[in-house]
Amino acid sequence: MPPEYRDLVEQSTYGHEDRGWKDIGNSKELIEAHSLCAGCPESMAFRYILASLPNPEDTVMVGSTGCTSLVFPMVAVHNIHSLFGNQNAVASGLKRALTVRFPDRIKDVVVLAGDGATVDIGLDMTLQAWFRQEKFTTICFDNELYANTGGQESGLMRKGFVAKMAPTGKKFDKVRLPEIARESGCCYVVNLTVSKPSLVEKVIKNAVLLAREVGPTYIQLYTPCILEIGKNSMEGLQEMRDSEKPGERFNYKEYITDEAKQYLADLDAKKKSAVIPAAQLTE
Amino acid sequence: MANELSETQKSQIGKQNKKGQTYTDPNHLFFKAPRTAAFYTGSEVIKEAIRRASVDVMVAYPITPQSEAAALIGELYAEGYVADYMRGESEFAVMGQCAGAAFGGARVFTTTAGPGTMRAMENFPMWVGSRLPIQMIVTCRGINSPLSIQPDTLEMYFLLGTGMLMWHAETAQDFFDWMLMGYIVSEQPDVHLPLALCCDGFFVTHTKDTVMLTPPEMCLPPYDPYRSPVVCMDMESPPVRMMRDPFIMKSNYISYMTHASWQEETRAACERSRKHTIPLIGGLIETENVDAEILIVASGTAVSQGREAIRLLEDEGIRVGLVKVKSLRPFPFEELREATKNAKHIFVPEFNVIGWLATELKAALPDNHRIIAGPHVAGGMTMPAEVIVRKNSDLSGVFGYYAAGVS
Repeated sequence: MPPEYRDLVEQSTYGHEDRGWKDIGNSKELIEAHSLCAGCPESMAFRYILASLPNPEDTVMVGSTGCTSLVFPMVAVHNIHSLFGNQNAVASGLKRALTVRFPDRIKDVVVLAGDGATVDIGLDMTLQAWFRQEKFTTICFDNELYANTGGQESGLMRKGFVAKMAPTGKKFDKVRLPEIARESGCCYVVNLTVSKPSLVEKVIKNAVLLAREVGPTYIQLYTPCILEIGKNSMEGLQEMRDSEKPGERFNYKEYITDEAKQYLADLDAKKKSAVIPAAQLTE
Repeated sequence: MANELSETQKSQIGKQNKKGQTYTDPNHLFFKAPRTAAFYTGSEVIKEAIRRASVDVMVAYPITPQSEAAALIGELYAEGYVADYMRGESEFAVMGQCAGAAFGGARVFTTTAGPGTMRAMENFPMWVGSRLPIQMIVTCRGINSPLSIQPDTLEMYFLLGTGMLMWHAETAQDFFDWMLMGYIVSEQPDVHLPLALCCDGFFVTHTKDTVMLTPPEMCLPPYDPYRSPVVCMDMESPPVRMMRDPFIMKSNYISYMTHASWQEETRAACERSRKHTIPLIGGLIETENVDAEILIVASGTAVSQGREAIRLLEDEGIRVGLVKVKSLRPFPFEELREATKNAKHIFVPEFNVIGWLATELKAALPDNHRIIAGPHVAGGMTMPAEVIVRKNSDLSGVFGYYAAGVS
């Protein structure tokens, strides 16, 4: 067995209940060296998310075409890339198959795709999965444009931004997908940047745990494409901090249903009582 | 070896599912189990085949003429014969949902037709490249504008290059048998490809026919996803990275070579299906009187009309042979060359305007001036046997020649 594989088995955090972003640097990560641009905030987002999955040993991820699909081959959980925009349809079928095949076990399904895949070409399937209350998490890496094809206008781009295919500036507002997600049946919706790893960890854990039992969840993360907005490699973090200030488009925003709130509170209470074996927490 | 089961599947034989059906050795089910005659529509026959197919997930969407069959599978789900069932939002999404379920290790079934097949088209080469043994019934209908819901096999032309296995059923009996046999072929480790099982909409789906059914208390052994030549996406295998380097989208030789060799492999897998298919469906083609100098070569219900034409021609003293093409992918090159070696004139009646079967034959057979494409009927027009007879006479004059006793 190659040493990299042995490292993965022996030193990764599979099966650790309290795994999180602080394991980064101490244990073998589930993402190998990424293939994104130097300084790309997507690479930070990938690392935080993979470190925060509550159950990676039984998690299958579904991606889509774009920069993220260049990274998934380096990720050590099973992941599916098939077409552009079909991720929530694939995840619907996958979650159902895993539920049929493993009725007594938890198999988490997590979708991770860019804004073009989530909001433009795949919007139909994104929304329909939520209408149907399919029990998986949808994560959108929102870089406000098509990055992998070279910086074209997307539905999540700001109004007025000049880009390829928007040569005189984008003519309509950034699509309000978090609000649409709330109205479409998601029990937990968060809009944020990846500037604060602890926050990302908490949000991802909540989203995956809630999707198991309560209903679909949606997380929109600002992962600016520094290349296409004319920034340098070291400026990604500052760009995220600037865009999360009050009144800015990525100021932290959360919608949670009462049922979801109660579910998280119950989980918390069980955890605090601590005598209950961790395995029962999710039953 | 042809049509082997895995040890896991063999261990299920003789056991009962939750509906009390017995998992039965496929060869016993197909060739030895007692059969009972039933008078059913094609749609009802699809339901009866799925009742016996141990399907895990079916994804449905309404489009004429497959809607009835798709809804009938919903009844099977409600009765507990299918583990999960859902209505998708469009055929593109449906085929994605089917893919997801198959990636997750389920035996998957769906049905589509006409514009729906076209809408879903992006998925089919993906299913092939991902080695997903999904079974899709295609109840062919028009895809032209103005809108038509009528029988027309033009959509099959577009499926020919996807890499899927493609069979063309003539009758409801073909359908019943081939659906069950299709899963066994599709799921072989050296095949592991999706199957497009096509029929002519309405002519097969909406007409009643006598069909010999296997006992409802017997069903296929369940799918074993761990026979797949690629990893089942259920996190049950060790957590290795699927690829160590994302070479897939790089522009370099090893990337090109990877794509080229995988496409070759999926096509080779389709060819390898022959040895599993031939003993089950009795050959990729079926022949009658191919020593005759005039042949009709057809697939689907055009075969039935060809048979009628042959009977009419016999009354006039003209002997005509018949070749029924059952499998289009893999394409029966050798079988067709052998079957047509004596023919001087090969007529190819089709239910589509372009004559794709004639095009395929012209590329496959020597001396292809022998091939006379037609008649072609489209848009829902029927093909009376007299049309085949008259068309042939008009086009070539050969029938008059033979009828005059000159040889």
